[in-house]
Amino acid sequence: MWAFINKLRSPKWFYAISAKLQPLFWVAATLLLGVGTVWGLAFAPEDYQQGNSFRIIYVHVPAAFLAQSIFVSMAVSGLVFMVWKIKVADMAATVMAPLGAAMTFVALFSGAVWGVPTWGTWWMWDARLTSMLILLFLYLGVIALRGAFSSRDSGSRAASVLAMVGVINIPIIKYSVDWWYTLHQPATFTITGRAAMTMDMWAPLLMMVVGFYCFFIALTLTRTRSEILRREANKRWVRELAEEAN
Amino acid sequence: MQRSHAQLSTSAVAMHAPQGGLLVAIKATLKRDLTLMLRRRGEVLNPLVFFALVITLFPIGISPDPELLSAIAPGLLWVAALLAALLSLDSLFRSDYDDGSLEQLLLAPQPLAALGLAKVSVHWLLTGLPLALMAPLLGIMLSLPAGSYAVLAISLALGTASLSLIGAIGAALTVGLARGGVLLSLLVLPLYIPVLIFGAGAVQAAIFGEGIAAHLAILGALLALALMLAPWAIAASLRISING
Repeated sequence: MWAFINKLRSPKWFYAISAKLQPLFWVAATLLLGVGTVWGLAFAPEDYQQGNSFRIIYVHVPAAFLAQSIFVSMAVSGLVFMVWKIKVADMAATVMAPLGAAMTFVALFSGAVWGVPTWGTWWMWDARLTSMLILLFLYLGVIALRGAFSSRDSGSRAASVLAMVGVINIPIIKYSVDWWYTLHQPATFTITGRAAMTMDMWAPLLMMVVGFYCFFIALTLTRTRSEILRREANKRWVRELAEEAN
Repeated sequence: MQRSHAQLSTSAVAMHAPQGGLLVAIKATLKRDLTLMLRRRGEVLNPLVFFALVITLFPIGISPDPELLSAIAPGLLWVAALLAALLSLDSLFRSDYDDGSLEQLLLAPQPLAALGLAKVSVHWLLTGLPLALMAPLLGIMLSLPAGSYAVLAISLALGTASLSLIGAIGAALTVGLARGGVLLSLLVLPLYIPVLIFGAGAVQAAIFGEGIAAHLAILGALLALALMLAPWAIAASLRISING
């Protein structure tokens, strides 16, 4: 157990193992996203109420899933970094934050675009959109806090604490916003047509969700690798690596 | 010879070490912070003046129509009080950080979480509580419907305690930064949203004559959760800010 954790501590070991893992995830992500996109956008049947506009679901739902999952994985990485001082965990948390913010923005933007045919307006203070907006602010806070410190180590630890505080608050925020929304329910519309999804609508959605997750893992691995090279540039093994490449 | 000298000096240190446990330290911190705050009256008064000023801006910016104002009064009062509490956060640890007494607090043998909690309670006593007491007065100016004044004060008193605790985490994280003000609000405001929802919700429920017990109970639950978890986050954040 300890030998394994000690191995995890070493960026060099992570660099070696991730070199083997990342092609797998890139290939899986490309295949799933490629097939899922074409199937979802071109071949899945139209929704009987929303028509073609329902196809936004194939981007919106996976992005929303990922937006929340990335925040949780960022907080877990922060915890691992704070407790076991594993630097790789902090590097992963560093590169996850912008992707998470981007996914939150994609979910918000696709939600707004969906709002035009469904609600007739770009923005509604819908419970889900509102929680997503708050999540975006939480991401921006973590990114800004990390950047504000002149010492990288302090910035890392501050961002880890904030990510953990945020992850405890996310369910509280989500449930209070849901509650607030049901209290102020604007009467006219609800999103319908969600309950009745047939199998050939579900299958591409499932592919897209798994594909988004594979993309997230692949991108995190690749970006963590370059972060390792950047931070460990003075270490001997990195220099040897650079000499080999030359 | 050498050894006995060493023993002698350690026992001398032990004799001169401050006696007393956690309670003494908490009491001393409370007393010190209260004295300091009361000597800088401006810091106590400024959030209150800010609160009154922001409330003045709304009728000017929107409309002096009493009906319109009374409809949005609960939310306005809560948002303005929340911003006033936010504004006062930066000074929570700032002067202690500048003159080095925060480092002494870190070095103290008592747990930092408890001492931080003592500082936060003073902050609430001199910021949150006055805001809660002043809110009904501003409520009159916004023609807040009768029957909701007590609920406004109680919900603000309960809610600002959570706001102080959550905000102290942000203040502790940014105290080491030269210009942490705007960053502090960026970190803290999203975390304030649940308190705002249930606080303003309580006042609205009182206006509509619905039960307010649920809202106040949830505000109390949020406070209990914050009391339980925030001190540890404050202590960890202070350590990061001092050592970084």
